[in-house]
Amino acid sequence: MTDRIEQRINSLNKRLNSEKRFRIYCIGAMSFALAWVLILFLNIFSSGYSAFYRTVIQVDVPFLNLIEDTTQFSEMSSEDINNLSMYSFSKKAIYGLFPDIEEKKDKKMLIRLFSIEFEQEIREFLKSNKSNINETETIYLTASDDVDQVNKGNYPRDLDEDKRRIKDIQLLFFDDLVDRGLVSYEFNLPFLMRGDSREPELAGVGGSIVGSLFTILVVLILSFPIGIFAAIYLEEFASKNRVTDFIEININNLAAVPSIVFGLLGLGIILNTFGLPRSTPLVGGIVLSLMTLPTIIIATRASLRAVPPSIREGALAVGATKMQAVMHHVVPVAMPGALTGTIIGLAQALGETAPLLLIGMVAFVVDVPQTPLDASASLPVQVYLWSESAERGYVEKTSATIMMLLGFLILMNLAAVLIRRKFETKW
Amino acid sequence: MKNIKIKADNLNVHYGEKQALFDVSMYMEEKQVTALIGPSGCGKSTFIRCLNRMNDVIDICKVQGKIEIDGNDIYAPDMQVEQLRERVGMVFQKPNPFPKSIFENVAYGPRIHGIAEHKSDLEEIVVNSLKKAALFDEVKDRLYDAGTGLSGGQQQRLCIARAISVNPDIILMDEPCSALDPIATARIEELMGDLKTEYTIIIVTHSMQQAARVSSRTGFFHLGKLVEVDKTETIFSNPSDQRTQDYITGRFG
Repeated sequence: MTDRIEQRINSLNKRLNSEKRFRIYCIGAMSFALAWVLILFLNIFSSGYSAFYRTVIQVDVPFLNLIEDTTQFSEMSSEDINNLSMYSFSKKAIYGLFPDIEEKKDKKMLIRLFSIEFEQEIREFLKSNKSNINETETIYLTASDDVDQVNKGNYPRDLDEDKRRIKDIQLLFFDDLVDRGLVSYEFNLPFLMRGDSREPELAGVGGSIVGSLFTILVVLILSFPIGIFAAIYLEEFASKNRVTDFIEININNLAAVPSIVFGLLGLGIILNTFGLPRSTPLVGGIVLSLMTLPTIIIATRASLRAVPPSIREGALAVGATKMQAVMHHVVPVAMPGALTGTIIGLAQALGETAPLLLIGMVAFVVDVPQTPLDASASLPVQVYLWSESAERGYVEKTSATIMMLLGFLILMNLAAVLIRRKFETKW
Repeated sequence: MKNIKIKADNLNVHYGEKQALFDVSMYMEEKQVTALIGPSGCGKSTFIRCLNRMNDVIDICKVQGKIEIDGNDIYAPDMQVEQLRERVGMVFQKPNPFPKSIFENVAYGPRIHGIAEHKSDLEEIVVNSLKKAALFDEVKDRLYDAGTGLSGGQQQRLCIARAISVNPDIILMDEPCSALDPIATARIEELMGDLKTEYTIIIVTHSMQQAARVSSRTGFFHLGKLVEVDKTETIFSNPSDQRTQDYITGRFG
């Protein structure tokens, strides 16, 4: 008798120990995955956050040298200001930082501390403040990418001069400007507003954010109604036969098709046969809709199937038509699930790159698109484009773009969770 | 003899290859309770679901034979099934209120049929239906609360209110008390006694005591066949078939 009890206790201890080990394995697996996510986030964040700041240099611009009386600016139209020749005037304003410099070569070096668009920046300042220009105005001009990187400490100053893009004399100028308190570090609003540029200090994600939003909008408009209606038809109305089985298998297959194949389809049919404009969010949205549709259909069907049949029967039994039973009672209950599926599909589409490369959304686009019919980049494609560029400024901008993309994805997933919570606990 | 409300003639039902009902012929009297008893899987639920054509929903279900309500063949091609179900209400085994408010649960039927023209008419219908279902006093202060928040017995009475809201002639009840406790069951049985003055009631039940208490006629189904149908007293005291005798005395089933 005691033997048997001992035996039982031994076997129980064994079982408990194996459960403990199993738990440790599970926690280990989860920690491993979590650690990688953390490393990824830390890596991206540490190399990307500096892109949200930029270096600007204060320059005193003597507008009196451009015109006899600065009040005359207020009478000029924007076009008049555009026609003003300001290049050498702007250069002179910059030379004013170091009045002692005589040599042409050094002057050139000084100019190169600034972004190539310094003249344009002074002109823009003039345009937006034309009614109120003093004889001399202090303007913050964008520093060139090299200066920006030196200021952020990303640039190895101890390299040999001939291995550096930034020269010794420029470093002298820069350090002197820092000592005089003319260099400042500010939030990089232009980065969020502007389109792409060949100059890293001027390049922004604004164009690709808008492009991505337009693309997602097209995807939503196309794939949400089509997906929901297709799912309702297949789940509630279609009779089960070979044709619907065939359709079902194909929808499941479609969900597993590599996304680049959809890009080829878009290139062959939407661009070449239908002749829609290349590189546009409209075409990108159509292609990504094809990819998102199966996700939405599968998720919606699953949530329709989860609605208890007794609700359908209850509605039919009081004389509702099949459509009334479905639309009044089944669909509202299934909607949170369908919306969650849709948002997850949209998030997938937002991060998708390959199909967009094929339909030309990989183009270099400087302007921020105004409509879905304008050529545009998108966030993931912008990451791809910038990751290939050599300049240091693009490295931090690549990471910053990934941060934006991840931010949008997290927001969308959060929305999916919130929608599910809000509607599921209602009754 | 009372008026005959429903008449089934040689009813055969197949689910795919499997035959569920064999040549069932019976009639049901107007404003009476008819009980259908029999062991599980005997076809009584299939039969009751033929009376409002709920079996149409199942793709593989084939119905042959004839069912007449007030002399009209309900499987005739020109019969509109929605109209039929307006006249033949149904209460299911498990209470299945819509996941909406109590008011909406009852108002749904009248609304889709366009019975109530004004909001006040609709409110009147809802209140009357809830009163007839003996639920109004319990829920009058919370008509806009969720119907799914009621107790099981209340939910089932809500479903009865929903069924009578469209003013049917017939109410089908498919084991309405199988998910309820004895007290809730007693209330529903009491309610059936009141309702039969206005409605023809067909009830499927597993409880022979319930059939004996509420019904005037009883049919006994076994293996898809209608073995015997007669006055309830006769079935329970002096059945003519040996199988009925065995079933009511508890020898099988």
